[in-house]
Amino acid sequence: MGRFLLRRLLVALLVAATVMTVSFLLTRLSGDLAISIAGPNATQQDVELVRHAYGLDRPLWIQYFDWVGRALRGDFGESYFFKDRVSNLIAQRLPITMSLGLVGLGIALVIALPLGIVAAVRENTWVDRAVMMVALIGQAMPSFWLGLILMIVLGLQLGWLPISGTGSWEHYVMPGIVLAFSAIPSLMRLTRSGMIDALASDYIRTARAKGLSRLSILVKHGLRNAAIPVVSIAAVQLGFMLGGSIVIETVFALHGVGFLAWESISKNDFPVVQAVVLVLALIYVGLTLLADLLNAVLDPRLRTA
Amino acid sequence: MSEAALPGVSTVVARRRGRLLRNSGLVLGGLIVGLVTLVAIFGPWLAPHDPFAIDLSRRLVPPAWMEGGDPGNPLGTDQLGRDYLSRLIYGARISMVIGVLTVITSGLIGTTLGVLGGYFGGRVDDAVVFATTARLSIPVVLVALTVVGLMGSSFTLVILVLGLLLWDRFAVVARSTTMQLRNLDYVAAAWCAGCSRTAILLREILPNIASHLAVVATLEMALAILLEAALSFLGLGVPAPLPSWGLMIAEAKEYMFFSPWVIMVPGIALFVLVLGINLLGDGLRDMLGTDLSR
Repeated sequence: MGRFLLRRLLVALLVAATVMTVSFLLTRLSGDLAISIAGPNATQQDVELVRHAYGLDRPLWIQYFDWVGRALRGDFGESYFFKDRVSNLIAQRLPITMSLGLVGLGIALVIALPLGIVAAVRENTWVDRAVMMVALIGQAMPSFWLGLILMIVLGLQLGWLPISGTGSWEHYVMPGIVLAFSAIPSLMRLTRSGMIDALASDYIRTARAKGLSRLSILVKHGLRNAAIPVVSIAAVQLGFMLGGSIVIETVFALHGVGFLAWESISKNDFPVVQAVVLVLALIYVGLTLLADLLNAVLDPRLRTA
Repeated sequence: MSEAALPGVSTVVARRRGRLLRNSGLVLGGLIVGLVTLVAIFGPWLAPHDPFAIDLSRRLVPPAWMEGGDPGNPLGTDQLGRDYLSRLIYGARISMVIGVLTVITSGLIGTTLGVLGGYFGGRVDDAVVFATTARLSIPVVLVALTVVGLMGSSFTLVILVLGLLLWDRFAVVARSTTMQLRNLDYVAAAWCAGCSRTAILLREILPNIASHLAVVATLEMALAILLEAALSFLGLGVPAPLPSWGLMIAEAKEYMFFSPWVIMVPGIALFVLVLGINLLGDGLRDMLGTDLSR
């Protein structure tokens, strides 16, 4: 267990370091930043001024280590557009994105788990095929389009929910549903295949032979074993959902880090962009680490692997 | 599947019926993808109007079957009076070209990495696994938006960025399938017969993992098409006035509360195409009898 943990932690640290480098290089290699910041009407002189003021005339590796050194202390510099510390901006916006992610994951689990179990129990019947069809539809649905349709139906025609904005809990419902759609297919397929494997196993046969009730077999023996991969995938899915929330936050004008990133990209506010890419990637790294640990706790066989 | 319990007649029938239905998915998916491909290829001959021709006197004409529709514009016109059907047809070209070229780019990268890691193992494999892990932790949409935002939106850039990002699943599948093949007799036989490593990889391994890679290719193509639409929708993908379906939805967004069909037409096209590609992929997977979703 100790060695497994150590190895996993080491990989996570290496990935984090790689991600830091990528998010730095991303904004530096995509063209001349000084020109982008100075704007389309700037003269050569203005560009040089910007280049010097932002320290972009220093060698790349000095800029890199300067940025890494500060970032490690939680200092991502100052936003050009918002005139505020980048760390403040992210601290304000992150809770919104996290809430959205958790709402999305909650909705996804509530829908995907029961449907996956039903499909497994009724394998190869019309129920199973209907559930798999739901998965296919979810996979093919463009999230931004679904968002717009919900706005028209739930927001305008039925008037149940606010169309966009960030104020109350109601603002999270529609974006949460849309976000859930992206996670439902994989969670459902995994629950289904895990349940099918579990139901075909020897311990289920033993449980049946003992004369346990169907429900008890399903929940205590089947679900408990099928849940192991689902738990870890759910954590990973949350990471993907946070990364993908940029589209949904922009559609619904929900002011989380995704919306912040979109605003900053349009305004060439690269310290913010860099920091958001890094923070979302680090959260993903943390979540996958958590997923592996959860797996090791839930499934003792993996600890020795 | 349960091999322990003897299947009754009813389950055998159900299974056969299931296979039939799944094959119908394959057929349906194939039909959709085939149709869209034909439309994309023959677009210029099929489109009734010039997709870029603006006519401000005929803005937002509804589709022909709705009140106030005009049979001359079967799917109506957009906010600038451009024929919606013609734009939709040219949009199919954009989606298909981006999907195919992205998959070729990402497939080359991912397959190369995966096959090398799976065949050589050891340090090489560690490096490949690490690269895949690192790639997965990078948020795709955000990075793609950033690059396009800084370099300016263009058709080529979208393909390049998506191609460089979406190789992870190719690498994972190529790696695991190559590992299974590596120790098989016919690979050993080729080695004994004096084949070089390159020859073994290209002639023995690659043809035998190709079917698995084809399934991944369909999934990635569907994903690339969805991502292109999302990027264009956010204004950082294919530049206007090109009729990308995502861009059409973005441009029509302002009018959607008064005339919802303006976002329904390109949205349904996008949904059906992606559904078709996924059906095709699922059908292929069932035919090959492998479950890659796990």
